Amino acid sequence: MKKVWRNLPTLRLLIYAVALYILLMLLSSGGILNDYLMIIINICLIYVILATSLNLINGITGLFSVGHMGFAAVGAYVAGTFTTLVWKLPNDGSVSTTLLFIVALVLGGIGAAIVGALIGMPALRLKGDYLAIVTLGFGEIIRTIINNIDAVGGPRGLLGIPALSSFTIIFVATVVTVLILRYLVYSSHGRAMISVREDATAADLVGINTTKYKVWAFVIGAFFAGIGGGLLAHLIQLAHPTQYGFYASFLVLIVVYIGGVGSMTGSILAAFVLTILEKYLLPMLLQWAGLGVEWRMVIYSLLLIIVMIYRPEGLMPREAKFMIPEDH
Amino acid sequence: MELTTFFQQLINGLQLGAIYALIALGYTMVYGIIRLINFAHADFLMVGAFAVYFFASFILTLTNAIPPIILFILGLIVALVAGALIAELSNRLAYKPLRYKPRLSALITAVGVSMFLEYFFASLPFIGPSFRAFPDLLKPVSFVVGGVYLNNIQLLDIGLAIVLMILLTFIVNRTMMGKAMRAVSQDKDAAKLMGINVERTITFVFLIGGALAGAAGILMAMTYPRIYPNMGILPGLKAFVAAVLGGIGNIPGAMLGGFLLGIAEIYATSYNSLLGEGIAFAILIIVLLVRPQGLLGEKQSEKV
Repeated sequence: MKKVWRNLPTLRLLIYAVALYILLMLLSSGGILNDYLMIIINICLIYVILATSLNLINGITGLFSVGHMGFAAVGAYVAGTFTTLVWKLPNDGSVSTTLLFIVALVLGGIGAAIVGALIGMPALRLKGDYLAIVTLGFGEIIRTIINNIDAVGGPRGLLGIPALSSFTIIFVATVVTVLILRYLVYSSHGRAMISVREDATAADLVGINTTKYKVWAFVIGAFFAGIGGGLLAHLIQLAHPTQYGFYASFLVLIVVYIGGVGSMTGSILAAFVLTILEKYLLPMLLQWAGLGVEWRMVIYSLLLIIVMIYRPEGLMPREAKFMIPEDH
Repeated sequence: MELTTFFQQLINGLQLGAIYALIALGYTMVYGIIRLINFAHADFLMVGAFAVYFFASFILTLTNAIPPIILFILGLIVALVAGALIAELSNRLAYKPLRYKPRLSALITAVGVSMFLEYFFASLPFIGPSFRAFPDLLKPVSFVVGGVYLNNIQLLDIGLAIVLMILLTFIVNRTMMGKAMRAVSQDKDAAKLMGINVERTITFVFLIGGALAGAAGILMAMTYPRIYPNMGILPGLKAFVAAVLGGIGNIPGAMLGGFLLGIAEIYATSYNSLLGEGIAFAILIIVLLVRPQGLLGEKQSEKV
């Protein structure tokens, strides 16, 4: 029995996920978790999607990308435009809204994946700092373009997005994302991606198509970022260019690096810890200390600097045990 | 485009480019010496501008009789000192402990420092996140040369930037400290073996880079007299593109890149505002695809 349990990490993860879901639902319906806390938990889950997908690019494949929210913006705007347009059509209830929403999310993800493929191309020639600069530039270009397309609201943002992101949908999307990424990382493709990170030249020499894996890392990472963006837009019912700038991308990057780059478990934990810290604990602490809520980000950035100085490898070092199959 | 418009825009472009070039120099010097993209550099500019703002407001409440030129020179000194101090402070407290750690941790820390400075200034009750009008240090004087409108602020921006660049070139090429800087940027370990105090050299680079950012801060505040804690972000990003355009790590490259980018941005804006907004990043992508080492940078071959 114990051996079966160990050999089925997916089953184990699924059981954990279902248990967590039931626990949260009980707490929520029991009134212990109020609406505000549920929104924070939803944002935590979306950050899990964004951070794990960025970790695939940065941590697993070793391509330093800093424009992740650019992909999320594409997903948010594609999905948001789709649902706002469809919701204007007469609907007699024959088409399930959940189904339409899933279609919208997938469309957003595909849009982001196409952009990801475009960005993956320069990644073939560049590495390290230069790649970071290009992805930063691409992220800013996406934001500038959105800011200037009047059909999606331009600088006003895309308003009136229907509130479709329920806790259940976000939770399921997060679990599916984590499972797919986990399978990917431990498949032969994932091993190939890790080999690109460790030594691209050596990987080339043993016959791994490094070009293909670099582009695929961007495509898959961007796809899930697009899903995350779509979920976020339908949670807060707004997509605004300022949400997807340079700093928003860095907040995701911070989750990945505090969690420990290359560790999916680290990204998941850090997404929860940092989001709850930023959105719940710090405001509470500040109120108690009699300071305004605007000091929240001051303390948050100080904490980031301190963590980086004393633990530059992140909270979870790269080979976190949880994600690694014990016997192989 | 008419010839006078062409020259008018050229002057505007040079003015903007002078500010970009001053900021880009700080990026490129720090990158050259410790291979760190110092994202907080743009905020040193903001700190310089605010230092001058408080200094000038304080002086102006004491006396109105002070000649503008004296006020400007004092303000410039304040800006240089404030920029240099904040740069060295962030180097000492945030970057130095990470000197021999993975480079990406230092990069994330730089983002942290940048966020900290912006949010800290926005949270201080006597600064706040909103815009503030920057006092007129010099009275604007306009004059016309051959149909092209000029004013003293424009000439000051361009002139001061060029003076500071000449000074910097002199320091880098003709002094012992400059020699040490070049040596450390080539090979830190070898420089240490030659008896160069590497940490002192890095401090010096941060001081100079910060002072240049402070100078850019006072010039920007005089040109666009509106200051706020996030004022550095956009010019910072564009100056960074300028540094990459010239070849990051290359000092003449940053000057050239800054002026080129300023001119390109002004011409593009006069053509179409969307193009003006995006041209910096479009240039960035093109440069990195066609010539990643920048205009003046040297190509580094990959070692296996």
